[in-house]
Amino acid sequence: MSGLTLPVLVTVMAGLLALVPVSAAIGPRLALIGTAILAALGTATILVHLLAGAPPTTLTLPVGLAGQSTILALDGLSALFTLIVLAVAAMAALAACDDAHPWPTAPALPGFAAGMLLCLLASDAFALVAGFELMSVASFVLVATHHTEEGVQSAARLYAGMAALSGLCLIAALALLAPNGASFAAMRTGGVEPWRATLVLALALLGPGAKAGLVPLHVWLPPAHAAAPAPVSALMSAAMTKVALYVLIRLVFDLAGSGNPLWWGLPLIALGIAGAVLGALRANMEMDIKTILACSTVENIGLITLGLGLALAARGADLAPLARLAAGAALLHSLAHAGFKSLLFLGAGAVLHQAGSRALAKLGGLAKAMPITVACLLLAAASLAGLPPSAGFAGEWLLFQSVIGAVRLGGIGLQVMACVVAAMLALATALAASAALRLAGVALLGRPRSAAAAAATDPGPALRWAMLLPALAVTLIGLAPGLVLALAQPALAVMLRTAPDDTLSILALQAGDHAQLYAPLLIAALLAAFLVLITQLLRRHAVQGARGGPLWDCGYGDPPAWQPFGDPAAQYGGASFAQPLRRVLGPLLLDLRETIHTPPPGDISVARLHTAISDPAQRLVFTPLGQWREAISRLADRLHFLTVRQILTMMGALLALLLAYIAAMEQL
Amino acid sequence: MSALLALAALLLHLALMLASAPLLLGVVRSAKARMVGRQGPPLLQPWRDLLRLLHKQPVVADSVSLVFRAAPALCCAAMLAAITLVPSFTLGMATAQASDLLVLAGLLALGRAALVLAGMDTGTAFGGIGASREMLFAVFAEPALLLVVFTLALMTGTTNLDAVITTIASGQLGLRISMALALVSLAIVALAECGRVPVDNPATHLELTMVHEAMVLEYSGRHLALIEAAACLRLLIWFSLLAGIFAPFGIAPKADGQGPILLLLWAAGAAIWAVKMLVLALGLAAFETSRAKLRVFRVPELLGMALLLGLLAAILLFVSQGFAHGFGGDGA
Amino acid sequence: MTQLVYGTLGYDAAHMLGGLMLLLSFTLLSQRRMTALIDIYALQATCLALAAFWQGHVQSAPALYLTGAIAFAAKAVLIPAALRRLMLRLQLTETMEPALGIFASMALGVGLVVLSIMVVLPVTMQSQALTREDLALALSVVLLGLLMMISRRSAFAQVIGFMSLENGLILAAIGVAGMPLVVELSLAVLILVAFVVFGAFLRRMDRQFHSLDTTNLDRVGGQHR
Repeated sequence: MSGLTLPVLVTVMAGLLALVPVSAAIGPRLALIGTAILAALGTATILVHLLAGAPPTTLTLPVGLAGQSTILALDGLSALFTLIVLAVAAMAALAACDDAHPWPTAPALPGFAAGMLLCLLASDAFALVAGFELMSVASFVLVATHHTEEGVQSAARLYAGMAALSGLCLIAALALLAPNGASFAAMRTGGVEPWRATLVLALALLGPGAKAGLVPLHVWLPPAHAAAPAPVSALMSAAMTKVALYVLIRLVFDLAGSGNPLWWGLPLIALGIAGAVLGALRANMEMDIKTILACSTVENIGLITLGLGLALAARGADLAPLARLAAGAALLHSLAHAGFKSLLFLGAGAVLHQAGSRALAKLGGLAKAMPITVACLLLAAASLAGLPPSAGFAGEWLLFQSVIGAVRLGGIGLQVMACVVAAMLALATALAASAALRLAGVALLGRPRSAAAAAATDPGPALRWAMLLPALAVTLIGLAPGLVLALAQPALAVMLRTAPDDTLSILALQAGDHAQLYAPLLIAALLAAFLVLITQLLRRHAVQGARGGPLWDCGYGDPPAWQPFGDPAAQYGGASFAQPLRRVLGPLLLDLRETIHTPPPGDISVARLHTAISDPAQRLVFTPLGQWREAISRLADRLHFLTVRQILTMMGALLALLLAYIAAMEQL
Repeated sequence: MSALLALAALLLHLALMLASAPLLLGVVRSAKARMVGRQGPPLLQPWRDLLRLLHKQPVVADSVSLVFRAAPALCCAAMLAAITLVPSFTLGMATAQASDLLVLAGLLALGRAALVLAGMDTGTAFGGIGASREMLFAVFAEPALLLVVFTLALMTGTTNLDAVITTIASGQLGLRISMALALVSLAIVALAECGRVPVDNPATHLELTMVHEAMVLEYSGRHLALIEAAACLRLLIWFSLLAGIFAPFGIAPKADGQGPILLLLWAAGAAIWAVKMLVLALGLAAFETSRAKLRVFRVPELLGMALLLGLLAAILLFVSQGFAHGFGGDGA
Repeated sequence: MTQLVYGTLGYDAAHMLGGLMLLLSFTLLSQRRMTALIDIYALQATCLALAAFWQGHVQSAPALYLTGAIAFAAKAVLIPAALRRLMLRLQLTETMEPALGIFASMALGVGLVVLSIMVVLPVTMQSQALTREDLALALSVVLLGLLMMISRRSAFAQVIGFMSLENGLILAAIGVAGMPLVVELSLAVLILVAFVVFGAFLRRMDRQFHSLDTTNLDRVGGQHR
């Protein structure tokens, strides 16, 4: 039975690939329906595989580059991430089926899913690169779908640049690892010198790291995820970033050798926690619901990377229990994030479709009009805010426990670092909570800010199920995180090369010699019991019913007849909700610039406040990079004006140099 | 047998908490009034207010959604769940194993989130201003709280509140600067979380200076009763937490075959707990009468100070030798 | 000499008093109002005197009682009283915004504490825990006093920063067993002299500029630049 998993997955992948040309010929809707069915089939297979605890398998395909075959493998780590990718792909495709006329580039969607799947199943360098590039190209096509809209073209261009960079870095990293052969098995047995391994770490952070949205190369992520159609955004945010993290884990934890120095974890910890704070803070400032969600992806990727960094450092320091705790936190949060983020993006798609806008300033008042969507979104927002007993809280609880454990890593420098990381982690989660409540409070609750928002209704059955199923999964992860952690044990064994922990409890999360315990079922039961108690008490002892009427609002007048929901400007909106935080943290972290334009005396036009914030990575990394690129292109431009003879001289010189290099290499 | 005793302790604890939460607020209010030379309301006034509110029919605006109606019950349930985790007169209640400080912080955040969403759901300017400021304070209070948790975890080796109190009560830690710093830090966080002066004024009638009250401005009747009950409970949670961690003497140990003397220990524990609450209430009243409310944008400064003191508390631990071992194991 | 071991009362009390002084240094950094600054300074000096008494008791060194008495009389009573009088005389009611934000200066302060811990710990690895901690605390108090002088524009606050810095020096001196009394006495005299000079300086400055903002002095210095 377990031997069948890999062939089934390969069939699913082949089916997805075949769907691309077929649906391009017949119609985009076929691509969506086909993807939904194939991915659902794959999800069921991999779920059975994981629950049965099946051993790793390998499969060699007789196709590939000339004279070579392609090696595919499924071990604990790739199985866990395959579950994420296929489940999210199934939900995203199902959600997209709701639309009778899907977007024109929909045939690229199965290609995107197939690329991610190939990435996860690959067990040699060529297959991994092929999968990674297929994923990049297909997602670029999908991001550029609405290329006539404002801002989409620049987002797609930026995305293409970053994708090319991460592809190049990945190829370089694999080349460094592959002196003995391109298969992963050869890399593992070959062993890697320390300098090579260190270079691989740097390249992995630059390449797959950038693809995952790690700071400081995260700048592409918010615009690209916001530009794509909602199901694609869900797939990118929830699944593609995880695939990139998987590649990072595969390179750094697995292929670069099992004995790493402690300091390897430090760059991951630093980048992770910086990304978490920055992403969460930006999520509080953005005014577009999909951009907010994308910024929160940067935050969550930061949290997961922090867990990975702690695990790597602990593995270097031979602290196996701490490594297991931190890596478990990272994997649990990966799954939880995949669940609630896909739910949020699909819900955002429903909101966009029904209320006609993604701007906070045009939404609001949806809770009565689209109850199912809003209920699902509130559930996901609770996870985003890290409130118990949601799925988001479980991962953050484990993560905080591993940060406390990190004081055991070493001397006082590392201990102080653990303190600071703990403070920043708390800041990031508090900021994320603020962002989640702002998103829910402004976009979903309150009074409508536009006529379209007032006329919204719940979406059709396909999209409804595509939200209800992830909602169910997220609830399950929240209530039984131990179960998820049990599924992740084979993955931990791959990452840490240790025997799996058999003292795990399915009902509760434990840490630190099992002295600390988080029992979500107990918390949920307590909450439910008290809710029942309160309602019963009120039913017995309080006056029943309620009187309707207009809002009191401290005596503010009733809205006029031509504005049944009141003046939207009189309601707190996205910008005003963010104002206190912007004022306190903006100057420090976001380079806030505020200017007030007051009209001259006698002029009766209104005064205006302009605020501008910018991502520090934009200022510190991207702007200088852009300037260098321009300088280089100016230099290259001069080549256009050379004479023919000069060009020939250059080519001849280059050829001679190359030959000299080869000759020198042969001498050695 | 011991499991039954633990359950009995939990039920007694809950009854004690429910009975004393409004009373505690009454003590604070009347002490405050006495200190400024007024007669003040009777001690039982908060109880009477709750009953009065239950007998009034609430007005719920037509424009609000189910979130507005459900939020008070959710907030109150979160506070009740949180209070089952904080020991009062005895250790080793039925929930002792699960009484994690991080979970406690999460439950307090859950209660806050419910009210913030309710404030936004009204769609009024005041609901929004309250919600947005509440989140501003939370963003700074949460790190300070978690740093104190971090410090306590380093000293005692666990984040389990029951175990933390047991270790501190055993006296093996001695007097520590870190404890003093953590106390100041946690006290500031408590003031912010409970919306007391100098962070917020619970008695204010000026809308623009309100934070917590602004969020719940639209509530009336039984909904308001639930919110007020939740506020009383929140104050009690914080007082019990402060007393439990920083003055853990007199608390009865885990029920473990002591026989009938256990009842005596429980009674003594309850009496000492009541004295601690009284002292804290008088202290709060004295502090509030001697302070003015801070401007909203000075509050992050105050909470930032709490954050830095928490950081300092943890850092100074590394100087005084060693902290509790047992975190993440000592390796291979 | 009694051995001060971690966990005993002797250790705990000394540790607590030192920590309290550090806490008060942080409180100084966070205050804007002058009266509060004076009160906290007086409180810090009282802590210092108590620490000296306690050390005298544990080290059985009667000279430290004298140090404590001088510290209490001069710094907890006399100087605060004089400062209050000066404040009334100059009618200082303004609160001046610090040059560096409150939060920023406090964060810097935490950084300085970390720095002093990092400096003191490796050097004193051999000595007993109390000396080690006391030195780290005292150095932190000194650095925070310095930070107070840097981060404030008001000459008045700078004076208080200077005197709190000196409190840190005394704390270090009493923590080390066998420090000659003459060193402490001369330090005490020095601070009194410095205080007289500061007082004169403040009054002169007030007469000249009608403000204690030290940025005014930049202009004076600029004359011969």
